[in-house]
Amino acid sequence: MRRQVLTGTAGVISLVALWEGYKLLAPDDGVVVAGMTVLPRANDVAMPHLWDMAARAAAPVTSAPGADPLWLAVGQAAAFTLGVAAVGWVIGVTVGLLTATLMQRFRTAESALLPWVVLSQTVPLIALAPLVRRWGSQLEIGAFAWQDWMSVAVIASYLAFFPVSVGALRGLSSPDAVHVDLLRSYGVGWWRTYSTLRLPAAVPHLLPAVRLAAANAVVGAVVAEVSIGLRGGIGRMIVEFGASASADPAKQWSPIAGAVVVGLVAAGVCVLLSRALDRYRVSEVS
Amino acid sequence: MKHTARTTLGIGAMATTAALALSACAGEAESADVGSGDGLTPVTLQLQWVAQAQFAGYYAALDQGYYEDEGLDVTIVEAGTDTVPIDVLAAGDADYAISWVPKVLGSIEQGTEVTNVAQVFERSGTLQIAFADSGISGPEDLAGKNVGSWGYGNEWELFAGMQEAGLDTSSDISLVQQAFDMNGFLAGDIDAAQAMTYNEYAQVLETVNPDTGELYQPEDLTVIDWNDVGTAMLQDAIWADTARLAEDDAYAETTVKFIKASLQGWAYARDDAEAAAGIVTAAGSTLGQSHQLWQTNEVNKLIWPSTSGVGTINADQWEQTVDIAMGTQNETGASIITSEPPETAYSNDYVEQALAELTEDGIDVLGEDFAPIDVTLLEGGE
Repeated sequence: MRRQVLTGTAGVISLVALWEGYKLLAPDDGVVVAGMTVLPRANDVAMPHLWDMAARAAAPVTSAPGADPLWLAVGQAAAFTLGVAAVGWVIGVTVGLLTATLMQRFRTAESALLPWVVLSQTVPLIALAPLVRRWGSQLEIGAFAWQDWMSVAVIASYLAFFPVSVGALRGLSSPDAVHVDLLRSYGVGWWRTYSTLRLPAAVPHLLPAVRLAAANAVVGAVVAEVSIGLRGGIGRMIVEFGASASADPAKQWSPIAGAVVVGLVAAGVCVLLSRALDRYRVSEVS
Repeated sequence: MKHTARTTLGIGAMATTAALALSACAGEAESADVGSGDGLTPVTLQLQWVAQAQFAGYYAALDQGYYEDEGLDVTIVEAGTDTVPIDVLAAGDADYAISWVPKVLGSIEQGTEVTNVAQVFERSGTLQIAFADSGISGPEDLAGKNVGSWGYGNEWELFAGMQEAGLDTSSDISLVQQAFDMNGFLAGDIDAAQAMTYNEYAQVLETVNPDTGELYQPEDLTVIDWNDVGTAMLQDAIWADTARLAEDDAYAETTVKFIKASLQGWAYARDDAEAAAGIVTAAGSTLGQSHQLWQTNEVNKLIWPSTSGVGTINADQWEQTVDIAMGTQNETGASIITSEPPETAYSNDYVEQALAELTEDGIDVLGEDFAPIDVTLLEGGE
């Protein structure tokens, strides 16, 4: 535990050293070779000092009376994005597991579905986002009305389901034939084979897939927020603060740091999950 | 024992996820719009971008209750980077949309049936800015330079200006894709950058000049104003659904009311720019205060004084926009449209009714003695 804390701290410190070291050593205008910029600019607009970013985070968002400090606003936005991403992750993992189960159960389903699952990830997000929003806004069932954050969650789940369905399919098909044959010789039905043999065997494949899904859900949520202009999250904040990137360059780094925190929390939840499933984790496959 | 600990961890993980999911739902409940149980007509307005003073008039009309006075329950919808307001309008997800005329002309030629019912901005807010020492003072000086443009339909005035000055828009300049910020211009990658008077121009003036240690001053920059060059195109206008206007009398009536209240909002923004800027900030814009006020003031200049009553589509300006849209080629040789738009592309019928009612109510719709205020930009727009 202590070692992990030490290596973690060392990692952060080296990142700080790398950033500030580059700023110190690299020329302000970067390194340009034959008209091509090979090393980025190191001036204060392109790469503000870390302490400037920290100072900016402590200052209010705007000078309007009653404005929250920037770190608080970013924290609220990060919590919002994390919530939407979590919904997307839950949907994605559920749908991924279901498709994998279907594909494992029926050979035909595998040959019919798998190409589509792969193909689905080639649809560009920016083409998909306005469509999802439009379809969603036409949904109104009784008292339930579609909200824009749901579109973002759907897009996040769209990115999250892919690694789960592929990973789970491999995992569910991973038990040795002798084991499957043994159960069959006992006359055990499909469902019990699934729950006692296939599902536990799938866990080592599933855990990295679920972690990937969490990362995908966060990226999907942030990008979809930008794309459809959903208010309240990190993505929207990055775009809005981009407008002051020249005049107040340290400001936009706060939501970027917020996005990193969202990713870390998502990864942390997945670690907790894998700890809980430790007994099934003979050896993790990646 | 060990397993119990793991189970606890697992439950913890699940609980965290569930809590997050719930918190997302809770956040949504606050932003859900108010229903119209009080006999008001629900109206949805799709903007072209997020809340900012560019749309001050609509936010002012909402805040001051002008829409409600007309019996409208207006929901203002912000846009994301991939939102095309006219598509949202055509799909029936919004009742009205704000968009630039040249951007819509292309959609109309592709078969989208929408009508410009009020031309709110009479003047163009697009500039091409350069540093004073660059020797760029007119479109003809852009030859051989790195010229920045946002593209996506924001570039036509620039191309028209260069074409008029005799430049070949595909070979005489090198076109640089410009980002939302002005870093490319400040770093010297772009010699002449596109800038809206109400936004990017101010961004430069809010930035510290590393040579002087003070903010950049207007005299550090030269500005090409397309209104002066003569290649200005019509910008923010209110668009309505053509078929609904023709078939649905209630919608046609609502259109007059919506225009009336919106224009009254713009008159409010003209008379009290500071209050209007405050309303926009309260509506959720995160722009700095001096930037927001600057933007309100600059947008006012694009509207007021109005030649023939605010919102009127002036035939000569419409013609100029259409001519440029047909006759200007971009860097790939394409033009916005190939033939004249149909007659339904704009109509003054609704705005004229709205103006008559406003005049009756004693609202000044010309703003002849409008005088812009002086706004001092602070570092970072604060």
